[in-house]
Amino acid sequence: MLLSRVADSLYWISRYLERAEHTARLLDVRLDLGLDRRRGDDAWHFERLYAALRLQPPADVAELGPASLVDALMFDTANRDSVLSCVTLARENARQVREEISSDMWEQINALFLRIKQAQRERTALARPHYLSRAVIEGVHLFEGVTDATMGHGEGWQFLQVGRFIERAGTTAALVDLHVTTGAAAGASPIEWLGLLRSCAALEAYCRCYTADLRPRRIVEFLLLNVEFPRSVRFAAARVGSSLRTIAQLTGRGAGGRTERLAGRLHASLDYGQVDEILDDSHAYLEGITRHAAQIHAAVFQSYVMYPIESALPA
Amino acid sequence: MSTSDDQPALKRPDQPTLNGSAYSPASPYGADSNDLFDGYGRHLAYDEMFDRGGEVRAHCAALFDELRRASSDELGELQLEADKAFLTQGITFTVYGDEQGTERIFPFDLVPRVIAAAEWQTLERGLTQRLTAINLFLKDIYHEGRILAEGVVPRELVQSCRHFRREMRGVPVHGDIYVSVAGTDLVRGEDGRFVVLEDNLRVPSGVSYMLANREVTKRVMPALFDRYHVRPIAQYGQLLLATLRALAPPRAAGEPTIVVLTPGVGNSAYFEHAFLAREMGVALVEGRDLLVHDNTVYMRSTAGLRRVDVIYRRVDDDFLDPLAFRADSHLGVGGLLNAYRAGNVSIANAIGTGLADDKAVYAFIPAIIRFYLSEEPILSNVETYLLANPSDRKYVLEHLDELVVKAVGESGGYGMLIGPHSTAEERLDFRDKILADPRNFIAQPTLALSHSPCFVDGRVEPRHVDLRPYVLFGTSVSIVPGGLTRVALRKGSLVVNSSQGGGSKDTWVLEE
Repeated sequence: MLLSRVADSLYWISRYLERAEHTARLLDVRLDLGLDRRRGDDAWHFERLYAALRLQPPADVAELGPASLVDALMFDTANRDSVLSCVTLARENARQVREEISSDMWEQINALFLRIKQAQRERTALARPHYLSRAVIEGVHLFEGVTDATMGHGEGWQFLQVGRFIERAGTTAALVDLHVTTGAAAGASPIEWLGLLRSCAALEAYCRCYTADLRPRRIVEFLLLNVEFPRSVRFAAARVGSSLRTIAQLTGRGAGGRTERLAGRLHASLDYGQVDEILDDSHAYLEGITRHAAQIHAAVFQSYVMYPIESALPA
Repeated sequence: MSTSDDQPALKRPDQPTLNGSAYSPASPYGADSNDLFDGYGRHLAYDEMFDRGGEVRAHCAALFDELRRASSDELGELQLEADKAFLTQGITFTVYGDEQGTERIFPFDLVPRVIAAAEWQTLERGLTQRLTAINLFLKDIYHEGRILAEGVVPRELVQSCRHFRREMRGVPVHGDIYVSVAGTDLVRGEDGRFVVLEDNLRVPSGVSYMLANREVTKRVMPALFDRYHVRPIAQYGQLLLATLRALAPPRAAGEPTIVVLTPGVGNSAYFEHAFLAREMGVALVEGRDLLVHDNTVYMRSTAGLRRVDVIYRRVDDDFLDPLAFRADSHLGVGGLLNAYRAGNVSIANAIGTGLADDKAVYAFIPAIIRFYLSEEPILSNVETYLLANPSDRKYVLEHLDELVVKAVGESGGYGMLIGPHSTAEERLDFRDKILADPRNFIAQPTLALSHSPCFVDGRVEPRHVDLRPYVLFGTSVSIVPGGLTRVALRKGSLVVNSSQGGGSKDTWVLEE
C-alpha cells in the first residue's frame, strides 16, 4: 500500500534532482564554451543558456558576468529552477516520506543539500564553478545508486523512476529543439553541436556509436532515438512506460489504462520514428513530445494522486 | 524534543545543603577515588547514585566502578561517538522558525540511570492502578456521571474544564479504553519516593528518545551494559501495535488497518511520528491523506481508497476535525468525529482525555482511585491547592513567593509563576489573574528533584532528573521497563525541557 501523497513526493524527489543535475550540467558546459568565445559574445551565450533551460532571461542579461550567472542559476532561491531550489525541494519531499525511503537515501540527499549550502556560504564556486557543478552531478548519481541499492524495487521505487524519466524526456527534447531550430541561425557554430552532446552527457557515447564525426542529423538521431543511451528521449520514454505498467499491475488497475496508453503512444512514436521525417518538421515533432510528457504527468497525477473520490469508493 | 506536554520541575527555595554548604571533601568516596567525581558534593536532594552517607547504592556499584576507571578523555570520546550516532540517524527535532531546515539533536548524557527491580515493581503497580482508575473515571464522566452524583469530584470542576468534550457524552468507546498511551511524569521527593507530577493523557511524546538512548548506550558502552542485567525495551513498537489492534472496531475484525496521524513535517516531534510508523510497519498519514465518506474514514492510496480502522493520532483534539472543533485546522479531517461516534473508527487516545490531565482534576486522582478501585493509591500526588477553593486561595495568595502556580489547561511550562524566582511585580500580576479566574489555576509547593550523576564538561556532576515511563493500555496495561529520564543539564537548573537546556539519558531497570 502506497499513500498517494507519498507517491507524489517520491515522483517529485527524482524530478527535482533530475532538474538540478540538468541545470548544473548546462551551466558547466555553457561556461566552458563561453571561455572560447569571441569578445562581446557573453550576452549571446547567456541568453542561449536561459533558452536551453526554458527560462526567461533577466532583463540585464547583457551585463551579467559569469559569477552572477552562477549565482542566479546555482543559488538564487527566488528562481524555482536554480540548483539550490531544486535540491531543497527534493530534500523537503524526502523529509516528508522518511518512513518510506531508506536512511542511506535520506543521508545522501541531505549531504548534497549541505554541500551546496556550504558552497553558497564560501562563495568560491562563483570563481570556479566547475567543481560545484561536478559535485551536484555526482551527488545526484550517488542518490540514484543508493536508491537502487537500498530501497525495495516496488511501487515507490517505480514512482521515483517515472519522475526522473519524464523530466529527462522533456528537457532533452526541448534542448534538441532549441539546437535544431537555431542550428543555422547567426552566432551558432559547429561548437554548439558539440555543446549539445556534452549538455546531455552524450559526447563519449555518441563517438563510440558514430565516431567523432559530428553531424547534426546523427546527433539528433542519437539524442532522440538511440535505444541504449540512458539520456535519449526514446530510452526515457521506454522507462516511463515500463514503470507505469508495473505500477498499474501493483495497484490492481487493469492493463491499458489512460496513463499506460499515453506512455505507450509516446514510446511508439519514438520506437518507429525516422530521423529524416522528424527533421522535416522537427519543431512540431519535438513540441509534441514535450506536450505528450506533460499529458502523462497529468494522467499520473489524476490516476494515482488526486483521483475523484467517487471513482474509488467501494461499491 | 520540544513537546507540548513538557513540564519543568522546580526546587525548594534557597535549598540548604548539608552543613550549610556543598559538602565537597577532597576525596569523598575513598582515597583512590577518580578525580572525575571531584566536587560531586552532597546535597539535600535525593541522589540516584549515593546514599545520605555518601556510600554508593548497591545497584549503582558497577556503574560507579566503571566510571572511576574511565578517564575524562575516554568518556569524551564516547560522548562524541554517541552524538554522531544521533546526528547521522537523523534523531533530531526541528527548530521552529528556521527556514534552513535546521535540525538539532536532543542532548544526550552518557551516564545511565539505574533503577532497582523492587522499586520498578512498585512504580509498575502504581502506574497500572492509576491508569486503570483514570479510564474508569473518563468512562463514568462521559456516561452516567456517578462520581459527580456522589460528590467525589465537583460537577462544576469537570464542566468548566477546557478539555472536557461535550461531544463525547454517551459515545461508546471500544473496550472502554480512553487513554491507551500515557506518559506519566514522575519525580522523587526528598525522601526518595517517586510521586506523580503530571499524567500527560493526550499526546505524550518522547518514547523514540527512550528507544534511541538505549540503542546508542549499548553501542558505545557494551562492557558496562554487560555488567548489568537490564530489562529490554525494544519491544515497545510491537506492544504499541498490539495495543492499537486491541482497539479496532468490531467491523475490522482480523487485520485492522492502523495509521499514525501526524501534523506533518513541520511538527517538532515529526521524527518520532515517522519512527513509530516505521517501528510498527504502518502508514504515517497527514490529515490531507484522509477523507470521511458515509461515516467511514479512508486514506487515499495509489490503489484507491483504503478503509482506516485505528488512528494513533499525534494531533490534539482541537485540530482533529474542522467540522467539529477548530474550523481553521488543516491538520485533521472533516467528519472524523461522526465516523468515530458511529463506531467505525477508533482513535487513540480517545477524544476528550485531556479532561483527566487538567491540573485541577489531577488533585482528585487519589480520590478517583479510591472511588473506583476501593484501594489506596500506590503512587502519591504532589500536594495541590485548588484556587477555586476559598481557603486554598487565601493560603496561596499569602504564600505566592514560595509556591508554584500553574494554569490548569496549559503545558510546556506556559502560564506558570515560580514563586521563589519571581519578582514582586509578577506576583502582583498573577494575583490579579487568579482573582479574575480562580478555576484556571492551581498551586503546588516548589519541589526538590533527585540528582543523577552526569558527564558534563569533562567531569561527573550531579544534575536534576525526572522520569517519564510510557504506559500502554490495550486489553490490559503494559509498561516497558524504563522510560525517558530527562536531565536539567544546566548546573543548578531544575528545568528539564529541551528548549531550556534539557537533555536525556538511558534508564536501566534491572532484572530481579
